Amino acid sequence: MKFKKIVTVVALASTLALAGCSGDEEKDASLTDGSLNSANGLNDASTNGFNDGSGINGSRFGGANGGRFGQGGMGADGLPPEFSDPNNPLSKRTIYFMLDSSQVQPEFIPVIAAHARYLIANPSRRVVLEGNCDERGSREYNIALGEQRAKSIAAMFRAQGVSESQLNVVSYGEEKPVAEGHDESAWELNRRVEIAY
Amino acid sequence: MNIFKKLILATAIGTCFAPAVNAEMSIEITEGIESAMPIAIVPFASQGVPLDVSSVVDSDLSRSGYFKTLPAQRMPARPTSADGINFADWQAAGQNYVVIGRVLPNGSQYNVEFQLFDVASGSQLIGYRMSAADLRKAGHHISDLIYEKLLGKKGIFSGRIAYITSARQGNQRLHKLIVADADGANAQAIASSVEPLMSPAWSPDAKRIAYVSFENKTASIITQTLASGQREKVAEFPGINGAPAWSPDGAKLAVTLSKDGNPDIFVLDLITRNVKKITNNRAIDTEPTWSPDGRSIVFTSDRGGKPQLYSIPAQGGEEKRITFSGSYNARASFSPDGKLITMVHGNGGDYRIGVMDANSKSISVLTSGPLDESPSFAPNGSMVLYASRKGSTGYLSAVSIDGRMQQKLTFDSAEVREPAWSPK
Repeated sequence: MKFKKIVTVVALASTLALAGCSGDEEKDASLTDGSLNSANGLNDASTNGFNDGSGINGSRFGGANGGRFGQGGMGADGLPPEFSDPNNPLSKRTIYFMLDSSQVQPEFIPVIAAHARYLIANPSRRVVLEGNCDERGSREYNIALGEQRAKSIAAMFRAQGVSESQLNVVSYGEEKPVAEGHDESAWELNRRVEIAY
Repeated sequence: MNIFKKLILATAIGTCFAPAVNAEMSIEITEGIESAMPIAIVPFASQGVPLDVSSVVDSDLSRSGYFKTLPAQRMPARPTSADGINFADWQAAGQNYVVIGRVLPNGSQYNVEFQLFDVASGSQLIGYRMSAADLRKAGHHISDLIYEKLLGKKGIFSGRIAYITSARQGNQRLHKLIVADADGANAQAIASSVEPLMSPAWSPDAKRIAYVSFENKTASIITQTLASGQREKVAEFPGINGAPAWSPDGAKLAVTLSKDGNPDIFVLDLITRNVKKITNNRAIDTEPTWSPDGRSIVFTSDRGGKPQLYSIPAQGGEEKRITFSGSYNARASFSPDGKLITMVHGNGGDYRIGVMDANSKSISVLTSGPLDESPSFAPNGSMVLYASRKGSTGYLSAVSIDGRMQQKLTFDSAEVREPAWSPK
């Protein structure tokens, strides 16, 4: 009798495993009579998954350094010399923001104007405006905030005549900090939009 | 027929010994309950068994904070059968409960038996025999049964947690989506990328995880089946594709999309792939979560100036603000019974985990901040798991919903974030 009960339990558990679903506990009624009771629910195929083999498990997608500086022949980063001249506003490609704000500060307006002029003069150039935040607050909210920041720069570019087709916007929220500290000196560097050619 | 099935089963179980993740996790109780129950988990009788099941049970129960386990060297005896227990000795040792057990190999599996005794009455409270392929899993199952018998609510030891890690690798960062047992064992990366991975969300049946990946340098939402590793890109619209949340029936995802210009809440039908716009506001609407009855969606919006929680019928309709205290309330998540909502609750740059009564709307603050985020309920609703930071270390923490009990889960490497406790 006891033997029979155990066989049933094993068979049941196997069926569940084959079906790939988790076994709910089957509890014997005679629980407090001092005898041992059977339980299953341990042979759960869904929880021993994470198989090697198929799919992307454990493998890396995303690749190595992206090829966004693809145009050869100029600077090391594929950009003309004025981009590395510290006296040229084009050398500045990061716009910083105040806490919880996507409003562009006046000091960055000349930088944005310089990039707008460059893009208008070089219609084959494209930029990705990468919005970023500091680590405070919730992550998905920061994705939205980072997008607002990037879009506020995009709107200024458009207003100055840059073609829509030259502009791309992505928000990384707080996922790509440049400064790894956890205080205001790091946070102010992370609240930014990067103009990536 | 039975034999055939058994063979297949054994093969399936064999694959669970896939390479584990190196980062070791340790759990420490930072705030305990004074009334923790004294219980002795006597080392189980075993022969030719690769894992000490009783030690898994011992650490599960003591880690829960509700039990005070007796170290083996202080036990008056180590009985392995009921008639070997002298209850007077255990009473003298200050124990309320004694657990004994036996583990024996049986072909490719093990027979695991245990019994829980009440010391005062000398009577057995529960006893089970189970056939198990995975002894660690059997240990967690035993812990669940003891916890449920003595505390009257479902145990949480067989569940799993998902989280994101990020570690420097050369001049970039490697992000991993990890799934581990609730005690941190069997941690395995189910996805990794040098671009960010975010927002893991368990399907209601705990078989799939939805998450956000920037693997193509734009945001996309992926669903991945754990058992097979099969992944599907379910949303890759221009702009934000974020914050996936499964509907209680598992057929839909509520998501944040900004394809129409600014972030709004949409419901994505996973079968037809149609998206239906639920909110339409010029402000930020994001971080949707379904009420357990599937009728409403709670989300974060800054339409009032600062991020606060709002509720809307899941079909769309009238939006209502539901949080009024604190300058920042975001990233809501319901308790399994729908009575509580946990959220990030901020005041003046200080972010803590709050729990709100869904009816009265009163908020209790459970943690001390200042950078606590990503709260999610344990499957039995007794605790909230969240991410925290002290100094330069990011770690996970769990707090009971009365705030009396707190555990810290630390990892020996990598930045850890966005924990999500499996719904079962």
